[in-house]
Amino acid sequence: MYTYSEFDSAFVAARNSQFRAQVERRIDGSLTEDEFKPLRLMNGLYLQLHAYMLRVAIPYGTLNSRQMRKLADIAERWDKGYGHFTTRQNIQYNWPNLADVPDMLDALAEVQMHAIQTSGNTIRNVTADHFAGAAADEVADPRPVAELIRQWSTDHPEFQFLPRKFKVGVTGSPNDRAVTAAHDIGLRIIERDGEIGYQVIVGGGLGRTPMIGKVLADFLPESDLLPYIEAVVSVWNLLGRRDNKFKSRIKITVHEHGIENIRARVAERFAIIKPSFAGIDQEMLAAIRADFAPPAFLTASDEPYNHARQHDPIFRSWADTNLSEHRAPGYAVVSISLKAHGKTPGDASARQMRLMAALAERYGHDELRISHEQNVILPHVHKSHIPSVFAALRAEGLGTANIGLISDIIACPGMDYCALATARSIPIAQEIATRFDELKLEHEIGEMKIKISGCINACGHHHVGHIGILGLDRAGVESYQITLGGDHRADARLGDRTGPGFSADDIVPAIERIVYAYLDLRTGPEETFLAAYQRVGLAPFKAALYQTEAQAYAAE
Amino acid sequence: MPREFTPKVITANALVQGDVVYFTAQDTWTRDLRHADVLTDEADADLRLLSAQARTGEVVGVYLADMKPGTDGPEPVHFREEFRRTGPSNHFHGKQADIASRT
Repeated sequence: MYTYSEFDSAFVAARNSQFRAQVERRIDGSLTEDEFKPLRLMNGLYLQLHAYMLRVAIPYGTLNSRQMRKLADIAERWDKGYGHFTTRQNIQYNWPNLADVPDMLDALAEVQMHAIQTSGNTIRNVTADHFAGAAADEVADPRPVAELIRQWSTDHPEFQFLPRKFKVGVTGSPNDRAVTAAHDIGLRIIERDGEIGYQVIVGGGLGRTPMIGKVLADFLPESDLLPYIEAVVSVWNLLGRRDNKFKSRIKITVHEHGIENIRARVAERFAIIKPSFAGIDQEMLAAIRADFAPPAFLTASDEPYNHARQHDPIFRSWADTNLSEHRAPGYAVVSISLKAHGKTPGDASARQMRLMAALAERYGHDELRISHEQNVILPHVHKSHIPSVFAALRAEGLGTANIGLISDIIACPGMDYCALATARSIPIAQEIATRFDELKLEHEIGEMKIKISGCINACGHHHVGHIGILGLDRAGVESYQITLGGDHRADARLGDRTGPGFSADDIVPAIERIVYAYLDLRTGPEETFLAAYQRVGLAPFKAALYQTEAQAYAAE
Repeated sequence: MPREFTPKVITANALVQGDVVYFTAQDTWTRDLRHADVLTDEADADLRLLSAQARTGEVVGVYLADMKPGTDGPEPVHFREEFRRTGPSNHFHGKQADIASRT
């Protein structure tokens, strides 16, 4: 893992001290709210529906046990004993008191964490594949370059007042687990003729105007990456719309000017910028890479794992669902579900955080990851230890065997917490998970990504859900629109809208009708929902969804 | 024709705690909607809103929220205000728990 330099530590300490003084001045009346608001947002502090919310960055989703324990301590001391992990690989505290926030930031700084640039019109937390450094299909670990981008973008003087927020995501695997096509800049590490380089995707994003990113550079040499990114952000900083916040994101700039025009402008700017880098970025990248050296993997028998698989069907079910292939022999990647049926997706209690920290320390080479799917990953666990890990997880309510299944739902905070939301999303996720658990159908259904957003900003990624649900306010009543066939992977695709929305009471039965239609339509258990949808299209699902309306119409 | 003025309360978030508060007839802030001052006259509501907005050292984001009369004081017209009154619905904590402990 990357560890802070003296410069990093001094920078964060100075920033916290500055913010402490700003909070004091707000409370004593020296600063008005209009003056204070941009300052608190620069430090990740929002005012939400019921309380303040502090958003803490977990760069590229990577944590160690000390950091996870500190997140637990903060949850217990200054919040209500839990934290909420988000699709941006952040953690959010929903209930801090304004006067306590400087102490919370100081506590984070003790473990080299902060909340800088988790809000505002600036380059946000750089996200990456949550299996980075562990996945069997990885070309290269995306975290060193993500860390380089983090260092470059943090407090970058040119990019503190961009037209709008800016999100960068990096994957090092062809099986894209970082949703790079839905980022302002998505980077895919690729190998061509033995050389590592980057495919640069630009102008992706969900929200009000969802767009899949376009390829700006098909293969960028590694040495060009940072100046090239700087050129992209710089071009957008000049061209991006500041007259209308709904048209300010780079996806609109690319759409309005055309990808060829943007490519030419970036090339022009890159030619000017590149010499000023003089290779320092590559020296920094080399130094950062040393921090991400693989752990000393164990060599041991995996007999305990095989024995548990053979003799414990509950363990086998969990292992089949929650383990992924690791690059090292005898190892597996363990995904811990934060989606126990009926619970809030992404929430973890302080106790649960401490347990995950302890397991990482004891069995996981002291590494944890937060996934954009709101789960926690132990990236390096030897198979011989997995039965013990599972037993400990299960005892703390973390043993749910549902990774990738219908109850592994992404849900934004929605109107239960968020001031921007137009409807709730968490209770809908809770009801769907509970319903399909009761029906004992989710393993039968197989791979299924349901994603729910409580407003058009699409924090719940509903556009790229196999089933997407968007909560809206229709004449003072919660209404839920459904999209089908979205996909967040390498060939990302936006879902198709089915038709009129459903009330909060009707949305779960509607999802049930879609699922039963799929089970009827599929050629066999090996055909996933997405594959079946791609084969048969929207029509049969639409007929199933609106069968009541269709019958009423036919009867007239 | 101007729209008929419907009953409202003044609401905001407390500056330090951030939680939802309502303006009372005594010009104080309460966490309990039942104790909020219900405004039925538009001119009076505008004046009271200005007075509440001036309390910048106590609250943030002051506005008028539509209410209807209920058996136990004002009740929100829109579901957003209902959630602001009751707290998150995902599990039993926050304002839900506070209300339960009071009743």
